[in-house]
Amino acid sequence: MSAHTTSQRIAVGVLAAATALTLTVVGVIIFFVLEKGLPQLSWAFLFTGPKDMGKAGGIFPAIVGTLLLSLLAIGISLPLGVLTAVYLSEYTRESALTKAIRFGTDCLAGIPSIIFGLFGYVFFVTTLRMGWSLIAGALTLAMMVLPTLIRTSEEALRSVPQSWREVSFSLGATRWETVRKVVLPNALPGIVTGVMLSFGRSIGETAAVIYTAGSSFRMPRSAFDSVRTLAVHFYLLAREGISAEKAYGTAAVLVLSVLAVNLLTYALMNRFIRRRSR
Amino acid sequence: MILLFPKGRAGRLHAPTWVLLASVISMIGSACAGRAGAVTLAGSTAFQPFAEKLAEEYNSAHPEVNVTVQGGGSALGISAALNGAAQIGMADLVELPADAASLKATIVARDGIAVVVNPVNKVSSLSMVQLKEIYAGNIRDWKDVGGLSGPITVVSRESGSGTRSSFETILGKFDLTRDAIIQDSNGTIRETVANDVRSIGYLSYGLVNQKIKAITVDGVACTTELLLSGKYRLVRPIYFLTLGASTPAVKGFIDYVLGPAGQASIVADGLLPAT
Amino acid sequence: MKRASDKLVERLLLAIALTTILCLLVIAVFIFKEGLPFIFKIGLGDFLFSSDWRPDSGHYGIFPMIVSSLWVTLGGLLVGAPLGMSGAIFLSEFGPPAMMRFVKPAIELLAGIPSVVFGFIGVMVLAPFIRAVAGGPGLSVLAASIVLGVMILPTIMSISIDALASVPQSYREGALALGATKWQAVRMVVLKAASSGLLAGMILGMGRAIGETMAVIMVAGNAVKMPTSSLDSARTLTANIALEMGYATGMHRQALFATGIVLFIVIMILNGMAGSILKKRGHLR
Repeated sequence: MSAHTTSQRIAVGVLAAATALTLTVVGVIIFFVLEKGLPQLSWAFLFTGPKDMGKAGGIFPAIVGTLLLSLLAIGISLPLGVLTAVYLSEYTRESALTKAIRFGTDCLAGIPSIIFGLFGYVFFVTTLRMGWSLIAGALTLAMMVLPTLIRTSEEALRSVPQSWREVSFSLGATRWETVRKVVLPNALPGIVTGVMLSFGRSIGETAAVIYTAGSSFRMPRSAFDSVRTLAVHFYLLAREGISAEKAYGTAAVLVLSVLAVNLLTYALMNRFIRRRSR
Repeated sequence: MILLFPKGRAGRLHAPTWVLLASVISMIGSACAGRAGAVTLAGSTAFQPFAEKLAEEYNSAHPEVNVTVQGGGSALGISAALNGAAQIGMADLVELPADAASLKATIVARDGIAVVVNPVNKVSSLSMVQLKEIYAGNIRDWKDVGGLSGPITVVSRESGSGTRSSFETILGKFDLTRDAIIQDSNGTIRETVANDVRSIGYLSYGLVNQKIKAITVDGVACTTELLLSGKYRLVRPIYFLTLGASTPAVKGFIDYVLGPAGQASIVADGLLPAT
Repeated sequence: MKRASDKLVERLLLAIALTTILCLLVIAVFIFKEGLPFIFKIGLGDFLFSSDWRPDSGHYGIFPMIVSSLWVTLGGLLVGAPLGMSGAIFLSEFGPPAMMRFVKPAIELLAGIPSVVFGFIGVMVLAPFIRAVAGGPGLSVLAASIVLGVMILPTIMSISIDALASVPQSYREGALALGATKWQAVRMVVLKAASSGLLAGMILGMGRAIGETMAVIMVAGNAVKMPTSSLDSARTLTANIALEMGYATGMHRQALFATGIVLFIVIMILNGMAGSILKKRGHLR
């Protein structure tokens, strides 16, 4: 029997080491970025514009660009995605068509973002003559996150017990009233998770954004202006060696915003769970 | 939550929905108005930093015009000028390709192509023939050209790059070795060569800094005087390409770039003037 | 009255759903419309299996890119799967429960970091290291594999954790009751029961790795040649599209869309496999 205990000790040791290695890697990456980047974060860095082509000054236009692009993309895709999921989940029965649609959205959810970028560049920027613009970038990003939003919303809706709907119907509510007052509120945690996931993804997206929203570092004055997001700005600074400090500073802002999005998601989830168990 | 249920109690839209609609409409409205004063440049990554600086200067002097600059390489500049994504295509090419025939080409600057190696590399000079053989993949080791033994890491640009087209045209058409590392802008080439002691690359003369070392080609160093006198042969013009009649905003910017202030700005950072 | 407005809402939702699905279809249609004629013109065999990529002279062979994509993906899997699954097994079966609560957020943070940051660290730290220790240009298949491995690690780990969590506790208790050690129980019972979920995690990780663009462009070197060793520089399918899409016109652009079709089909197959595996065992993602 002691041979088995020994082999267990070895196995657990190896597994623990692997876990430690993983955590070390995570720690090193975060530490590397924050150690070099946090000192850069000052009021001026975050809230003023660039001087001397990014070698000095701040990254404010990139922060604005990132927020506008992501919010616009989510703003376009959220209603479309949720309402489509509502229709699929509440108004149709499970059929070949719904299975096909689900398969289709799954496939589209897996398409590499560069292909969306290619599509966006050829279709929005060139064919529709939008040029490199906030709107072209937002539409492209919206199409990228739409399949995921539909999928997660649908799963969230389906996780609401059928009996709740039946109770609502038996009380005389219409289907839409049921959806609005019973199903959607209870599916909100899942939907919000999907939104946060998509928001996080759109913040980090680079290839598709460069080719649709461009890389202009000025404050956008309209939806047809080109914008630069933080990820794009980091990419340009870092790989061209324009300013290592500013690059790390931008990376620090990116990592911190991912952290913020994640924390916000947990906070919202906890709030929903507490509300539901009341 | 409110956006999900735009219809409030009596079927009327909630206030936040009105606000959203209003802002979207005003954004689109201002967009259409703003288009007239928009000048987008796209293309050559060699000229991009200079174009951005010129845009910055022009924008502060003329706030009603919005000049923005994108990169992407000379071929993208030609393509964008042709399909309208950009009002001005930037191309740094020794000879413009056939598909640029319908575009009006204005030379705004000239630029030398510096051949660079890592500062610790012993090699400081190469002949045009050696350069071509290295880039074609026939010379593979530094010891064959006077350096310490070690494989040469050839760094080049993507095929749409004006710098690359010009480089290959001047050296005499050849097929780039398949082993070449490809980077997508002048700046990235600089960083790659700065980091790899065995690498060789080429980039815009205006972008050379202490991180890399420019070598002499056929005994001629890459300096402003030798570029101007024509002794250094790796030179190419930088074109602004426009399609059809330009809007006043575009003309204004091009005039600025060709004027004394613009040319002074260009020369100050290491490029050659247009004439 | 209520009936009528309910019907109206249903029609509106149908319209919205159709519009949305139509929009998504547009992308698929567009890609195929642009890429398929090219494949018929050039011939699928020539496109997929020729090693000659010289668009300027009309040669569009993407075989080296296919090999590179597969190589860096498998390499990434070799790095990410063992680490991810070991971490998942340790956390789920052997670690203190509190550990899970603090490790999961850390892994999710890793998952959210933009790919360009990984690429940058790869260029600054990993490539020079490889160059110094193993030779070659440093910007290589190996560098890309390691970076991709770290990037897909969170995906593999979280799906593995879910897969292990869905194994009924009775399986573990039964094994222990029969006298097995914890490790034996895990090895012989739990892992087998969760195997389909673990496999699905790896397949989804593969899908993510094959689609990665930015990090790969930064660290893989992008040479058009067929890689013969991990230290060689290589260009993946995604990098090929990204590097050339800005200026590709005509047949060249169609070739890039055709590359997109290849990627689309590969990922469709991978996702289909993962999906059917998960559904069969009742883990619905």
